[in-house]
Amino acid sequence: MSDEDDIVLSELDDEELVAQMFDDLYDGLKDEIMEATEILLERGWQPYEVLTKALVGGMTIVGNDFRDGILFVPEVLLAANAMKGGMSILKPLLAETGAPRMGKMVIGTVKGDIHDIGKNLVAMMMEGAGFEIVDLGINNPVENYLEALEREQADILGMSALLTTTMPYMKVVIDTMKEKGIRDDYIVLVGGAPLNEEFGRAIGADAYCRDAAVAVETAKDFVARRHNQMAAG
Amino acid sequence: MTDLPSDDQLTRSGLAPEGRGRVLLIACGALAREVLALIGRNGWDHLDLHCLPAILHNRPEKIAPAVEAAVQARGAGYDRVFVVYADCGTGGDLARTCERLGVGMVEGPHCYAFYEGVDAFAARGEVTSFYLTDFLVRQFDAFVWQPLGLDRHPDLRDMYFGNYETLVYQAQTDDEALTELARRHAERLGLEFERRATGYGELEGALARA
Repeated sequence: MSDEDDIVLSELDDEELVAQMFDDLYDGLKDEIMEATEILLERGWQPYEVLTKALVGGMTIVGNDFRDGILFVPEVLLAANAMKGGMSILKPLLAETGAPRMGKMVIGTVKGDIHDIGKNLVAMMMEGAGFEIVDLGINNPVENYLEALEREQADILGMSALLTTTMPYMKVVIDTMKEKGIRDDYIVLVGGAPLNEEFGRAIGADAYCRDAAVAVETAKDFVARRHNQMAAG
Repeated sequence: MTDLPSDDQLTRSGLAPEGRGRVLLIACGALAREVLALIGRNGWDHLDLHCLPAILHNRPEKIAPAVEAAVQARGAGYDRVFVVYADCGTGGDLARTCERLGVGMVEGPHCYAFYEGVDAFAARGEVTSFYLTDFLVRQFDAFVWQPLGLDRHPDLRDMYFGNYETLVYQAQTDDEALTELARRHAERLGLEFERRATGYGELEGALARA
């Protein structure tokens, strides 16, 4: 839009700039998001502040409008791509500045399934919320999950599937965890377009998450409960 | 015999039954041409075809309710109803609905499987193939390109298709122009191209038992 072209990001005050970043995320403008991220850092914002107040704040609006049927997958992907641009600047800095760590999640798409759009969105939003992510990618057999959970000392297992023909594989993973006596060592979250709460319950997951925002809130909730249990124990 | 409506009509509106015949077929609009060809070839005058909009393919959660509504609205007056859908991404919902309504349906996960043969398709175990049928080749923009927003944002292509390797065109007919069109779709998606002549596969056997 022509009026957008006239906006000079560096001339906006902090509040205006964050509001502009919300708009730019919504419109999927990666270059503008990267520029604004740099500006906030130059003004002395902590990387964690930029992440939560600007990027996650903006993506939350995108997520809500997706949930409400106002935005569709292509627009969400563009927004996610813009957020990824900002994240690429912040990520190395977050490690240096000791941002709070919520827990560690191993995430991957199940065996036989190569779809990763939803999984990538969840991984990005979880990272934005302070979780450490170990992304196993696509087409994962049970061994990949188990090996990564142990190696990484993870708290959470996230499994994703887009196909009705592949989603039953999640039960294979959970049943194997039960057989090995490690099921209760982890929070197991599942998601994907054809899933629902009933399916999540039936296969023995801790929760089905219908979108990335729900995944973040559910993960936070379960991690907090775990900490409370440990404190009580 | 029923005049075949345009592919656009089959995508958006479907096809009304003629009101003749003893068995009502309730089918996906993407199968209209093929079902009518089989009816004509085999002289199955007892079959009357009613197609639901093919675009339901993109919203599988709506298929079972739409089929149920069609059975209730159109089924009376026929000896029986047969549903010409496979599971089609309904996660068993359609099978449960058909069982409850006492009507039969086509076996298999989706049309790609029954065109090729359900067992043969499963045995291939192709994870990185993207399938098109004759109908989907003709309606590629309506089913793939536009709903994924690639008409507006072609740069998203690799986010959707980056993990795929091959576009498999399951050809029901031998049509050079259609094959060329399918090849162009593969190019647009950045995928290898394979043409696989399946004919009508197990669809014919399913209709014979309808």
